[in-house]
Amino acid sequence: MSETVLQVKNLKLYYHTSKGAVKALDDVSFDLKAGETLGLVGESGCGKTTMGTGLLRMPTPPGRFEGGQILVEGRDILPLPEKEIRKDFRWEKVSMVFQGAMNCLTPVYTIGKQMMETLQEHRSMEKAEAQELIKEYLSYVGLPADVTSRYPHELSGGMKQRVVIATALFLKPRLVILDEPTTALDVIVQAQIINLLKKLKKTFDLSFIFITHDLALEAEVSDRICVMYAGKIAELGTNEQVYGGKGPAHPYTERLLAATPRLRRKVESLSFIPGTPPDLIAPPSGCRFHPRCPRVYERCRMEEPPVREIEPGHLAACWRCFE
Amino acid sequence: MSNGIDGDVILRVDDLKKHFTPHQGFLQSFGKVRKVVRAVDGISFEIRRGEIFGLIGESGSGKTTTGKLVMKLIDATSGRILFNGRDVTSIGHEETKEYRRQVQMIFQDPYASMNPRFKIRDVLEEPLEIHRITADRKERETRIVRALTEVKLTPPEDFMGRFPHMLSGGQRQRVATARTLILNPAMLVADEPVSMIDLSTRAEILHMMKDVQRDLGLTYLYITHDLSTARYFTDRIAVMYLGRIVEMGKADDIIDHPAHPYTRALIEAVPEPATGKVDVVKELPISGEIPSPSNIPAGCRFHTRCPYMKPECKEEAEPELMDLGSGHYHACRRWKEIG
Repeated sequence: MSETVLQVKNLKLYYHTSKGAVKALDDVSFDLKAGETLGLVGESGCGKTTMGTGLLRMPTPPGRFEGGQILVEGRDILPLPEKEIRKDFRWEKVSMVFQGAMNCLTPVYTIGKQMMETLQEHRSMEKAEAQELIKEYLSYVGLPADVTSRYPHELSGGMKQRVVIATALFLKPRLVILDEPTTALDVIVQAQIINLLKKLKKTFDLSFIFITHDLALEAEVSDRICVMYAGKIAELGTNEQVYGGKGPAHPYTERLLAATPRLRRKVESLSFIPGTPPDLIAPPSGCRFHPRCPRVYERCRMEEPPVREIEPGHLAACWRCFE
Repeated sequence: MSNGIDGDVILRVDDLKKHFTPHQGFLQSFGKVRKVVRAVDGISFEIRRGEIFGLIGESGSGKTTTGKLVMKLIDATSGRILFNGRDVTSIGHEETKEYRRQVQMIFQDPYASMNPRFKIRDVLEEPLEIHRITADRKERETRIVRALTEVKLTPPEDFMGRFPHMLSGGQRQRVATARTLILNPAMLVADEPVSMIDLSTRAEILHMMKDVQRDLGLTYLYITHDLSTARYFTDRIAVMYLGRIVEMGKADDIIDHPAHPYTRALIEAVPEPATGKVDVVKELPISGEIPSPSNIPAGCRFHTRCPYMKPECKEEAEPELMDLGSGHYHACRRWKEIG
């Protein structure tokens, strides 16, 4: 558990629009150990998907890196030429299951052909050998071998998601970024996919970055949770520190957790967070959460809180938490 | 209004079925027998006046088809829908229009359900025009303001001149609610009204809908896949599986004491924000995926996935809903042994 697979240092990624720069990631730092699952959680627009595509070094235009480093096994990938990224890094070391990827399978090709494409792009191997490998990986994700000759519309949502996961594992990456891998699925299928991911992680000795808006789901998969708000880290702690009896440190996490409906407990009234996430072209002064924060005081409006360790391994960016 | 038999029942659905026959080409017509998709396959339930009734199920369970049938957006294959004691399954065009004024719908996608070129004022005015409520400009204005105030989009004047793209998802769903309220409906059908809204504001929209329901004495049919919001939001729920209701009763009863194995599996699968689960592979009391509604298993339609399956579940006729007392119904013949 000690080796560090990924280190993100002061990463800045802005989207340059006609109205100004949208600071989608603003000075974000974290690291990831081998075999660990880190959860990225937050509302839409908080920068979690930007982080995912950013880690593959393919920000969606008009996004651009504006500073910082992404170290994969100790090597900064930001200055590398694209050719090298393709050859050694993207899909080879870090792969991703994109949000809604299961709906992006080409309807006119069979599953086998689509999976073959990935392999042929990266590996020079005989067709028969490649087909064997495809079947092997399909069995890892619990699909029968004859899926290769079927078209996407013949498969259920859960099966398509399994195909996408198999494709992401092909080239034996060390880290897989999972962006809302179960959001479009029914709860039973979601639970089945989560179980599958946990098994695959052990089999292939993977690290995961698990992106979701669902705090309840995050609790079931992630060793450490990174809560993002408006392009910044609000809180980063272990599963125990965020979901344990003491409760999370940052008021945002606290409110988000309170707004998460719980099935097994009768609640008279659900709480919610008033207001909407801020405009990232001109974010609020001081702490970005202060206009919606129930515990706001003078300093929050004036000064931006740094991300600071409040107990071993537990980071938060909140003046209240430092008191 | 209501007749003596139904008492306070506003909507009664009686053995309702919707079977789709897929389009077949000329050559296919020589082939095997047509496959019929039995989307809704004989369901019955009652919604009481002033109640929030939840219809829960996975995709393919027939919950959305049921919503469309209740809205009369599609015609039933057989069965009846009684609104205020009156059969509305075979009414004419004019009567359907009046029925739809009284039973309004809130759609899932607040981005797609509004004309992007309409200002909010126009969005709200359109139903008044369609139903020829009033031609008086002032009267219309008053109604629009009242509806916007009801859903807490205040001050209303600020919102009337805006376009949908200038509003957040939550605000749009408020406008969608206001658009239904402007016609003074008796009942709202809401199909996944919050599933596309951010978690932090989801509860806010449900609060608003509950307030409106209390203020105006409305009845809701709430269609969702999400048991957690259903528990909080509804009074009673019906769990659907492959076109049938497998369990029905008070929301708390069903979630705390589920009788049907399918309901148990659904509840088991819902994640809980608590520690100590990361290294655990969850035991799911269900296998495989939902079969196609064009190929529904014989006997109990859940038997192919049920961990408690016995030969009789497959061989004997499909169990009807049985009463456990206190209005808790289920359709599992082995519930006692399982419990």
